[in-house]
Amino acid sequence: MALTDTLRRWWHKLGSPRWFYEISGPWQTGLAVLATLLLLVGTIWGLAIAPADYQQGNSFRIIYVHVPTAIVSQTAYLLMGAAGLVLLVWRMKLADMVLAATVPFGMSMTALALFTGAVWGKPTWGAWWVWDARTTSMLVMLFLYIGLYALRQAIPREEAAGRACAVLALVGTVNIPIIKYSVDWWLTLHQPATFKLTEAPSMPAEMYLPLLLNVLGIYCLFGTNLIGRLKVTILERESRTQWVRQLVGSSGR
Amino acid sequence: MSFDTWSDFFAMGGHGLYVWLAYGAALIVILLNVFGVRVARRRFFRQARALERRARELET
Repeated sequence: MALTDTLRRWWHKLGSPRWFYEISGPWQTGLAVLATLLLLVGTIWGLAIAPADYQQGNSFRIIYVHVPTAIVSQTAYLLMGAAGLVLLVWRMKLADMVLAATVPFGMSMTALALFTGAVWGKPTWGAWWVWDARTTSMLVMLFLYIGLYALRQAIPREEAAGRACAVLALVGTVNIPIIKYSVDWWLTLHQPATFKLTEAPSMPAEMYLPLLLNVLGIYCLFGTNLIGRLKVTILERESRTQWVRQLVGSSGR
Repeated sequence: MSFDTWSDFFAMGGHGLYVWLAYGAALIVILLNVFGVRVARRRFFRQARALERRARELET
């Protein structure tokens, strides 16, 4: 059948690191431009133009950093879980590279979400840290990211390291619904979700629009950062192939 | 505009420390991510070129 043939060819291409390296340049640049614009507008709007919260005052402006970083760190984790599944089922080399290239950004965004949460918690809850279901499950995710990083460093054989990381990433995805529903399942101090796909936000537009811009902006940043790191990972792992050696040869001097 | 003067803006109604800590940390982490990729990319090309050079020297 023509359709399954095309699909198979496309799947095969998708697994080719060289093909990805060569087509992804414009995406990397485009997403970088979008990320800069969205984050600049969203941040200036959120910091200076949006009205202060009637209860929390200006400390509420931390939401424009806290929510986007928390959301993107979980999406990054889900992407690693999916990449791990693809690696284990189809043995796709590129999937392992995606998993490895996602770790630094995801880890730093989780840390940032926890840090901004602590800084927000102090004036709002009166404490830097509370052992609440949401904060604890986010801390577990940070340890999972650190574990994924350490595991890869600890196993010298590339293929074995890839498989071990895939299993850890996949098992760790159990934590994602726990983070998401922790505010509903347990009685927590943490406020419930600001955005829901099925409902209109409870905030006024001049408060949630900058948040929306920053969420979109951080996703674009994730995209461009992932492509950039993935390209370096591809070069490192394919360094013995003809096409990478040619690229190195033509790279000046 | 939510603030009348620059000093109001920096003070954030008494919450300046918290707000600027959060935004400062975000800026640092974003810059680390952006420059981290560039540094890794340059390091790869530098090392790969050095390897090629050494291989060529061994041949001759």
